[in-house]
Amino acid sequence: MELEKSMVVSEFLSKGSVLKQGAEARVYRDVFLGRSTIIKERFPKKYRHPLLDEKLTHRRTVQEVRSIQRCRRAGIPTPVVYFVDYTSHCIFLEDIVDSVTVRDHILATRQRPHPSPTLEPLEPLAARVGRVLARMHDEDVVHGDLTTSNMLLRRSGEGEAELSLVLIDFGLSYISALPEDKGVDLYVLEKAFLSTHPNTEPLFQKLLESYAASSKKSSAVIKKLDEVRLRGRKRSMVG
Amino acid sequence: MTVVIGFEGSANKIGIGIIRDGEVLSNPRRTYITPPGQGFLPSDTARHHRAVVLTVLQEALQQAGLTPADIDCVAYTKGPGMGAPLLTLALVARTVAQLWGRPLVGVNHCIGHVEMGRLITQAHNPTVLYVSGGNTQVIAYSERRYRIFGETIDIAVGNCLDRFARVIKISNDPSPGYNIEQMAKRGSRYVELPYTVKGMDVSFSGILSFIEEAANKMLASAECSAEDLCFSLQETLFSMLVEITERAMAHCGSQEVLIVGGVGCNLRLQEMMGVMCKERGAKLFATDERFCIDNGAMIAQAGWEMFRSGQVTELQDSWITQRYRTDEVEVTWRD
Repeated sequence: MELEKSMVVSEFLSKGSVLKQGAEARVYRDVFLGRSTIIKERFPKKYRHPLLDEKLTHRRTVQEVRSIQRCRRAGIPTPVVYFVDYTSHCIFLEDIVDSVTVRDHILATRQRPHPSPTLEPLEPLAARVGRVLARMHDEDVVHGDLTTSNMLLRRSGEGEAELSLVLIDFGLSYISALPEDKGVDLYVLEKAFLSTHPNTEPLFQKLLESYAASSKKSSAVIKKLDEVRLRGRKRSMVG
Repeated sequence: MTVVIGFEGSANKIGIGIIRDGEVLSNPRRTYITPPGQGFLPSDTARHHRAVVLTVLQEALQQAGLTPADIDCVAYTKGPGMGAPLLTLALVARTVAQLWGRPLVGVNHCIGHVEMGRLITQAHNPTVLYVSGGNTQVIAYSERRYRIFGETIDIAVGNCLDRFARVIKISNDPSPGYNIEQMAKRGSRYVELPYTVKGMDVSFSGILSFIEEAANKMLASAECSAEDLCFSLQETLFSMLVEITERAMAHCGSQEVLIVGGVGCNLRLQEMMGVMCKERGAKLFATDERFCIDNGAMIAQAGWEMFRSGQVTELQDSWITQRYRTDEVEVTWRD
């Protein structure tokens, strides 16, 4: 029965179009149950020992689904999970149509000629991201791979004020109440943010301020973030 | 024609090498090896280096068939690394630079590894995995800096391996990592160990504490052999390294991987990275133990690049530092 099920999924996938192949999974777009669907297939990694590969792939599939469900229950915007096949490690997700990644939005905004070359136009977005992350952390969901490519802006009406934020790619996520884990989560975002968007420190600062203001448990998290930032500097680098 | 001599001694290896326009003329090295179950301490290591440095210097010149007059520049490891050993080598470098009347260049140890890897393999613009006893970084060049895309948030992978070797009292000769590799070849049972990747970063202190605690229990109950533990540890650690390298490659759109640093000698790591590269249509570059493991020629090579692009270290700036981030250096020799 399991084998038949996964054969059906593989057949289904072979008809879909591969959107992209990331380090972690292959992403397809197709129609499922009458809706535009993104299918995330975690394929086996041949460089890993088969037992490790199976454990890791299964765990990440389960964690991704669990984290998305937990976020949704708390009203945090993520794609809807339509279906999961645990044999082939495929997750069928709502396709967020007519959306752009926060990364592309920031890049496009910074390229546009502005009356003043400041980061001001992007501040509301940074504040919004801070608020959403605060809600997520208050639910004890640690994303694990926060980057501006893992946040989508969906057009729900005319003009920029109508863009709504959606978090995606919960493959490395897990449930944790520890400020340390949440601090590291923000640290990962900070590194990704500043390397992708150089010279935007004030914008990220705005994000953190908004986070601190919105989260009930933020002071411990921010303190841990400061500690983790220093770690890179203070580590003994012998060898 | 530019001839540069490089002095390296940031950990337990002391090496002095000479490079002439991309040609390695000599690269002698000595390793301070401690008894099984023991790591190396800074003062003992410095003592070891002091005892052999002048002999190694003579070897470097003799093997290259050169005299001090032939040297154009003296490069030395400014950091990062252990204080006392770094100081020993810096002192000698400063002295000969003044004796011979030649300029000094202070080199970042990590960049030494990268530049040697680039020279030997001729990799064009690779994603670099730098793995050693003291460092674990995924580096990519961008806009005049070697930027760190991913790294360990606690200990280096080589440090994890070395400390595990101490727990099961494996010999440190020629290096604990090498002996773990040989034992792993004879292991077959995969034991589940903690696996920790956080975004583009990795964490090894969890798996180390787990295995330090569990190893003796598992060996005593004959649940698995020491060889099985070595095997499982390598499979897990190296999978983590391959994963963060792949993520960096996907992020940067890179099609080349270069492995440098002592742990880069490990053939199983090279094999696993090779499989990942093949699946992505990327190319893998690696060097052998002459250049993976800390050596003087890599410092000479980085020094050669720096010197030719106009960088020189004044005597008053020729200090050493235990902490020196790879992205602190302005890479003036690339565009």
